[in-house]
Amino acid sequence: MSATALPRWAEIGLIPLVNLTLAFTVSGVVVALIGENPVEAMSIMLKGAFIYPGGLGYTLYYTTNFIFTGLAVSVAFHAMLFNIGGEGQASLGGLGAALVCLALDPFLPGLIVVPLAVLAAAAFGAGWALIPGYLQAYRGSHVVITTIMFNFIAAGLMVGLLSGPLMRPGQSSPQTREFAGGTNLAYLHDWARALGFDVASSPLNLSFLVALAAALGVWILIWRTKFGYALRAIGQSDPAAVYAGIRVPRMIVIAMAISGALAGMMALNEILGVQHKLILNWTSGYGFTGIAVALMGRNHPVGIILASLLFGALFQGGAELDFEFQTITREMVLMIQGLIILFSGALALMFTPVLGRIFAVLKAGRARDA
Amino acid sequence: MPDLWIDLLHILDATLRLATPLILCAMAGLISERGGVIDIGLEGKLLAGAFAAAAVASLSGFAMLGVLAAVLVGAALSLVHGFACITHKGEHIISGVAINILASGLTVVVGIALFQQGGQTPLLGPEERFGSIALPLAATLGGVPVFGPLYSELISGHNILVYIALASVPAVYFLLYRTTFGLRLRAVGEAPEAIDSAGLSVTRLRYGAVLIAGCLCGLAGAYLSIAHGAGFVREMSAGKGFIALAAMIFGKWRPWPVLFACLIFGFLEAIAARLQGTEMPVIGVVPVEMILVLPYIATVILLAGFFGQAIPPRALGTPYVKER
Repeated sequence: MSATALPRWAEIGLIPLVNLTLAFTVSGVVVALIGENPVEAMSIMLKGAFIYPGGLGYTLYYTTNFIFTGLAVSVAFHAMLFNIGGEGQASLGGLGAALVCLALDPFLPGLIVVPLAVLAAAAFGAGWALIPGYLQAYRGSHVVITTIMFNFIAAGLMVGLLSGPLMRPGQSSPQTREFAGGTNLAYLHDWARALGFDVASSPLNLSFLVALAAALGVWILIWRTKFGYALRAIGQSDPAAVYAGIRVPRMIVIAMAISGALAGMMALNEILGVQHKLILNWTSGYGFTGIAVALMGRNHPVGIILASLLFGALFQGGAELDFEFQTITREMVLMIQGLIILFSGALALMFTPVLGRIFAVLKAGRARDA
Repeated sequence: MPDLWIDLLHILDATLRLATPLILCAMAGLISERGGVIDIGLEGKLLAGAFAAAAVASLSGFAMLGVLAAVLVGAALSLVHGFACITHKGEHIISGVAINILASGLTVVVGIALFQQGGQTPLLGPEERFGSIALPLAATLGGVPVFGPLYSELISGHNILVYIALASVPAVYFLLYRTTFGLRLRAVGEAPEAIDSAGLSVTRLRYGAVLIAGCLCGLAGAYLSIAHGAGFVREMSAGKGFIALAAMIFGKWRPWPVLFACLIFGFLEAIAARLQGTEMPVIGVVPVEMILVLPYIATVILLAGFFGQAIPPRALGTPYVKER
């Protein structure tokens, strides 16, 4: 292995870049085959994501979702657990937040209701991930299959609740009533305007800052606590962790719960921040995008924030494609996402040996010169 | 009484139609996983197959060409999966997730480029899809009490892909348990090192397994869009690939029990469709969603070992690394 070991900067910088370039190249070929100009499509996406008024706000609003779901996937990844139940956990998080708001907003001010709703979002998400975690740790069922099944069970549950007990009185669309205005999270454009900046409206809200704080929290948890050390030990080598006296089953349950709580907190952005009511299918596949984000970001909070920004830009830029082209739509972004997961996840080992050999040759050359 | 019998036959008839894609996909998953390659990309291959079938049938005017295209697309996605998991020893699950997402993006992107109908294909005419086949004597025997309707309503009158799906089960059984390839395939999923020391290629066997799986998923996709349906609509696989995955686990990776699981899951879907919005004594309006999630709940409970046990092939999901 030592012959193919890469320098650290190549491991965390070059490899993701190579994978990204590959994904974009393949997508570019598809765009060209459809008969559109890939360069033009790319420039429209970039303008839509960063330059057009409100574009950056929307980009960061999507970024917020991906930070939460990306962190969720990464925490489980550190213990070599593959949590693909982000969709279901986020749905449940939304349910938790909505239940608190619906129950308490007539009686209590937003300042009290919102923190409770946030806690409920995290707790419901954690609970929905804790069961698969428990089943893996103590009953031996694989967390991947269980979380897939839990995504579908959550979806069924939501349809059942929103077209039944939680449906807005006197209406027949599957959604709850709107929460009281006091529970809405502040929009960042309002803050910016209060400070005298002229910015366009966007759904970017307070939860963006919460997401950044969560990233910091995860960094501290994984790299600066005993718990994080134990978690990474399990990920590195299960038998060694057992030998070191780490209670692996318990760690698995806790890791899954934290992962689920982070996924559930996506509800802050979408439900408390933007929708202000519980609707169907609001998770829109962002839970799956979290997988791509965690893979791109190499499971490190800084990498995850950067990868989230990339995906935020892709989603916002992709929405722009809908307006500008007849033949290219936002589903193009879904395709790019699939390719990124393929190249940076499943084919992660494809380039490492090649690059390793190149670096080995370079190193040998330098050694000879010296 | 005869009315109730006919009613039951209609539900069983719907069961068979709803179980068909599940059977084909579950057999696909079974072959792939018995060979040691996890396949959570069933859903993506199913969706891509459905699109390819409808698109090619619509462009060419021939249903047969549609099926061929679906099988080729399913096989192509399987090759991608194999390239990642077998050749490059990547994570099987990540590759499966990638294929699912790729398929849901690509079908819409290509669909819009080809047909400009928001990701759908045009409605297919009778020549472009598979109609139902009346088995011999269906009309004559229909009049026979009790067994007549059983033959004419339930057994006869399906399209060719339903019969192919049913035939795929004994075919897979035969392949796995009665052929040399099957023996080796099962070995490669349990103990690839044994296959290697016998001088056989683990890589080639596993590629064979995923290719067969891809073809079966393609057939299932063709069934959705050009036999059961009359054209492709976005996301028309609607989680069926995952129900098939559940059925495969529920049937413990063995052909006949898997068929049984597919039929139960199809039956639940048929019942749910039948009970949609109806009032029942005691329980009131039937919570259809609860019936539809039963397959998933049952699979979770089974996997947790609360009844029976589902033990996957031993080498499932682990890339084979030759010892040096």
